Amino acid sequence: MAQAVINEDIQIKNVFKRFGDFEALKDVSLSVNAGERVVICGPSGSGKSTLIRCINGLERHESGSIIVDGITLAERGASLQQIRSRVGMVFQQFNLFPHLTVLDNITLGPIRSKNLSREQANKLAMTYLERVKIPEQAQKYPRQLSGGQQQRVAIARSLCMEPKILLFDEPTSALDPEMISEVLDVMIGLAETGMTMICVTHEMGFARRVADKMVFMDEGKIVEMAPPSKFFDSPNTDRCKNFLKQILQH
Amino acid sequence: MKKLIILFFAIALLPGCSDDWGWYVVNPYNKSGLINVKFLLSGYYFTLLLSFTSILISVVVGLLVALPGLSKNPWLRNFNRVYVEVVRSVPILVLILWVYYGLPPITGLDVTVFWAGVIALALSDSAFQAEIFRGGIQSIDKGQYEASHSVSLNYRDTMRFVILPQAIRRILPALGNQLVYMLKMSSLVSIIGMQELTRKANELVVTEYRPLEIYTVLVLEYLILILVVSAGVRWLERRLQSDERA
Ligand SMILES: Nc1ncnc2c1ncn2[C@@H]1O[C@H](COP(=O)(O)OP(=O)(O)O)[C@@H](O)[C@H]1O
Ligand SMILES: [Mg+2]
Repeated sequence: MAQAVINEDIQIKNVFKRFGDFEALKDVSLSVNAGERVVICGPSGSGKSTLIRCINGLERHESGSIIVDGITLAERGASLQQIRSRVGMVFQQFNLFPHLTVLDNITLGPIRSKNLSREQANKLAMTYLERVKIPEQAQKYPRQLSGGQQQRVAIARSLCMEPKILLFDEPTSALDPEMISEVLDVMIGLAETGMTMICVTHEMGFARRVADKMVFMDEGKIVEMAPPSKFFDSPNTDRCKNFLKQILQH
Repeated sequence: MKKLIILFFAIALLPGCSDDWGWYVVNPYNKSGLINVKFLLSGYYFTLLLSFTSILISVVVGLLVALPGLSKNPWLRNFNRVYVEVVRSVPILVLILWVYYGLPPITGLDVTVFWAGVIALALSDSAFQAEIFRGGIQSIDKGQYEASHSVSLNYRDTMRFVILPQAIRRILPALGNQLVYMLKMSSLVSIIGMQELTRKANELVVTEYRPLEIYTVLVLEYLILILVVSAGVRWLERRLQSDERA
């Protein structure tokens, strides 16, 4: 039993989440092993964002339990702080800090919350900017970059915190089509390093390539969960079949 | 531009008028006139000192009042609302009189004219600053908080490094307006004897019996002051904006 806990990076059990009267998550359970890549898909409004936002405490679940890297996500206090520093997040709208240079965007977290010196942080930031292939943009401001470049900066910003787990919430949905692949390439590179990843995305080519586990959500529930081969070739439910048909059409 | 043209004509009028109009009282080319002009101009010292001290304090207090107004805790939000509503509903002149005559007996402190003026002006302005800050902070996208959260910044650092720098850029025009407003309101402190521009003019009128000429100079003094300060604020705005683009 004890061993199972160590191997599981994320353990979500019977989680409910409500917004007012509306139930956004209904009895969701999901476990993710260390180094595992999970892709979550499903129609808009099905609770995908809410689920991954519960994992880093951006939303508070009402009941059930979420354990991240052995730490139980409790209502308040130290556990949230501990979990945040282990879990990075990449947003659909990038959410870069517009008044800071690319370099300062990336180093702010490490300097303030991990007490790195500016020098150490800059060095670390440059390694990650190289990883996302835009070291030459370090001194620019976000607005001077293309969408694809901005999202890669956001990924570097998350990586610079050296998290165990990275969450992606539709990282390519706000991008022009020609910029999607540059971001996906970076994510594939990350997957190859053995990082634990949960990606909400509708990029099925990417999913097939990197996912260890596919999750399909609808109306606040996990409807289908399977390895990609099974998931794409013979989904169990009609809802999932129809969804995949729609997605794969364009 | 229009203001500048009016100002130009107003200044051109001064030496152009004959002695019948009494401009001699403020004519810098004769001895007593020069003394009077210097006396009037010396009021700038306290007008500026009073206004800038007050605005510095009111910005800090305004921010400290704005933050609880953004809290999820209803008690903190109520504190913000009560503070803003109460302070806003007292006329500045009344506040000045109350602070000067009322505060010393209540607190046992010896409140000088200068500090009574600063306290009253800062208090009054802080309610407006609180509303300006609250609006500015609320206008920042919630994604900025979420990104800060995800790189483990605590509340203080999120405010200090992410939210406030952006909010202040947005509210700078409003802060500039408040500064102009403060410079004008400082004239009210003349009522308790603060030796600023308006008080100096009043005192000179009493000895020289030339209200038209002296108050015209007073108007010009404020006009020049406001024009210079407004230009300064605009310059600062442009600089901060180009910083962000550079
Ligand atoms: N902060 C919120 N307040 C109220 N309702 C919300 C909030 N966030 C999400 N919801 C609702 O919860 C449901 C799930 O949202 P979300 O998790 O964003 O879906 P998805 O990411 O799958 O599109 C939606 O119906 C949405 O309207
Ligand atoms: Mg979503």
